[in-house]
Amino acid sequence: MNTDAAGLGRGRAAGFVLPAMVLIGVFLVFPALWTIYLGLTDYRLTGLAAANPRVVGADNYTAALGDERFHRSLWLTVQYVLGSAVLGQAVLGFTIAWMLRDRPGPVKRITEALVLLAWILPSSVVAFLWIALLDRDEGTLNALLHTPGFAWLLDYPMPSIIVFNVWRGTAFSMMLYGAALENVPPSQLETARLAGASTLQQLRDVVFPAIKGHVLTNLLLISLWTFNDFTTFQITAGGPEGRSEILPVYIYNVALRDGQLGFGAAISSVVLLINLVFAFAYLRLLRGRREAVTS
Amino acid sequence: MRPALAAVAGALLVLTACGTGTGAGDGGVTLTITANAISGGKNAETADWTERWVIPRFEAAQKARGRQVHVLFQPSAADDEQYKTKIALDLKSHAGADVIDLDGIWIGEFAQAGYIKPLSSVAGAEVGSWEGWSQIPPAVQGLGIFDGQKYGLPQGTDGRVLFYNKDLFRKAGLPAEWQPRSWQEIIDAGAALKRSGVPAPIQLDAGTAMGEATTMQGVLPLLAGAGAEIYAGGKWTGASQALKDVLGFYRQIYTSGLGDPRLQQEAQGRDKSFAEFARGEIGILAESDYFWRAVVEPKAGVAPMPNRNAVVGYALIPAERPGSGIRGQDVVSMSGGGVRVLNPNSPNPKLAWELLAFMHSAEATTAQLAGAARVTSRKDVNDRVLGVDPMLKFVSDKVLPITAYRPPLAVYPQVSAALQEATADIVSGRTVDEAAAGYQRKLQAIVGPSHVTTS
Repeated sequence: MNTDAAGLGRGRAAGFVLPAMVLIGVFLVFPALWTIYLGLTDYRLTGLAAANPRVVGADNYTAALGDERFHRSLWLTVQYVLGSAVLGQAVLGFTIAWMLRDRPGPVKRITEALVLLAWILPSSVVAFLWIALLDRDEGTLNALLHTPGFAWLLDYPMPSIIVFNVWRGTAFSMMLYGAALENVPPSQLETARLAGASTLQQLRDVVFPAIKGHVLTNLLLISLWTFNDFTTFQITAGGPEGRSEILPVYIYNVALRDGQLGFGAAISSVVLLINLVFAFAYLRLLRGRREAVTS
Repeated sequence: MRPALAAVAGALLVLTACGTGTGAGDGGVTLTITANAISGGKNAETADWTERWVIPRFEAAQKARGRQVHVLFQPSAADDEQYKTKIALDLKSHAGADVIDLDGIWIGEFAQAGYIKPLSSVAGAEVGSWEGWSQIPPAVQGLGIFDGQKYGLPQGTDGRVLFYNKDLFRKAGLPAEWQPRSWQEIIDAGAALKRSGVPAPIQLDAGTAMGEATTMQGVLPLLAGAGAEIYAGGKWTGASQALKDVLGFYRQIYTSGLGDPRLQQEAQGRDKSFAEFARGEIGILAESDYFWRAVVEPKAGVAPMPNRNAVVGYALIPAERPGSGIRGQDVVSMSGGGVRVLNPNSPNPKLAWELLAFMHSAEATTAQLAGAARVTSRKDVNDRVLGVDPMLKFVSDKVLPITAYRPPLAVYPQVSAALQEATADIVSGRTVDEAAAGYQRKLQAIVGPSHVTTS
């Protein structure tokens, strides 16, 4: 079989790919390698170690892996991803898409517009709105619930930022599932309904098999995004006393606020590795599906 | 498309970065000043003075000499720690403003990193012959000195006192002119205020969210009151009895309802504590004179009190017991102050120095006061304005003679962070011994066990 469908020839094809490769090299591969190198040094933002960093070998990595704060941060990140992305955004996004799938125009449009608005507003604006909502002294939520002085962000920092991120990010899942549901053949749903299938049975046996690929793509994308999300810094800054310090915030606090760039780079490398594992799993699953389709 | 966009954005960033310091279209030169100040917000008086007084006058003076100079002010309104990070990153990438406002305590670590250079090596011999040096007392000059080299011009100095609300004091049956003699008398006053209906009467900055304010307003004055300095004779104070006494005092306040532990944990806790004091919900608050001139200041303050002069009282911070303070003192304080440095990467270092010197001239310093209270760095100005404001006089006469300074060492901010974490432990309910042990462990990791003393 001829693999050169465009008829470019090897040299010209390489020429077309080269610019992209250079950009990926400069903006992705080099920073990643640089981060790994910095992780091996005692580089700091200020002081003597900023001018003359020394290579300290794997010290930063062993210190990070043995650091209680890192363990706690990793665990909080797992809660954050499972709670806000997998359970929150994906389930809520699908529910909204399913309920709206054959609603008449205005209801659907208004709901979609509101959900989308939460997604497209600048994060600093959104963070300010949520602080105004959850504030201990003058927050809207306390005024509505008649619970003056209830410190949501201090007593329930993780649930607060999880709910926030569900609110913030559901739009993507909603749109993706909305598009996917249009691919489910109406005739199959109709047949299932005529055969007496309940809604749950329809979902399980007709809808999910048809949109399995979309579910997978969605879960992986939003997990990765949530894993690397920094928006919550503007709401809790990882506080109080580190109880909402998910990994991106932890890295910021360690590397930039405390100035330990080398140690921060080591943790960044670990996070990079976790991201690569995610991406690798995704590619494997995708390839598996493609083979299943073509065979 | 994404990498291509990134490349375009990168190119734009490079272009705009090159933009600073070059002409404004008429062949003139542009200089930039930055400070953690913004008109209508944080340190508004500094921002207004820079924008309305310094810039027009400096531009006019240059024009009179036939030079076309534009000066821009880059405002900022972030927490001090975030401002510091921003400036460090600016200088690290060889960018940033020409004249930069810094906290004096950052000079050491910035100099060691090579981000700033001695003034004379940036701007040349003119620096040494500046008329202002003879007007600045050596202790104040020290704020801008590291390893014997002058890196910046000090803007003035400050002192820590206890501010209190006279209205609340009267209602609680406490004297209008209050001067506690010991820590116990602070506790007693707090208890009396609480009985009279003030929910959390004492604000003593604690925890990591307050940053350096915790160390400077709380831990260090208390430590001085317990007879210890954080750094003395080449050693750092570890979990000594003095430090345990300090943590014990924190614990007394934050476990007995005399202080609000939640406020110390909130991301905006310090700003909120100011607002609560202004609303009459806090009776006693430890702060520097900054509080008087920039926070509760009737017009431009961030938490203005129209009746400040009548309602807000100030007292010296007492030692733990009479005579138990450093040098056997009955009362203690801590001082620091801002400095302005030159960016060593400035394309116009000589002109930047002219601007910096102009900002520190007697005329400019007087204009910055604008009738408000501030201990400036210049004797000639202080002599003239002293007495205009009783608070200024109080700091100058009563606080500066008994005050102490932080060690100008690059490692200090890390030690400070460890102290903040110890108070955070207390606020979240840990015992004094647990918090002290945690601090001792961190301190040993930072400076090495041989540089820690617990006696």
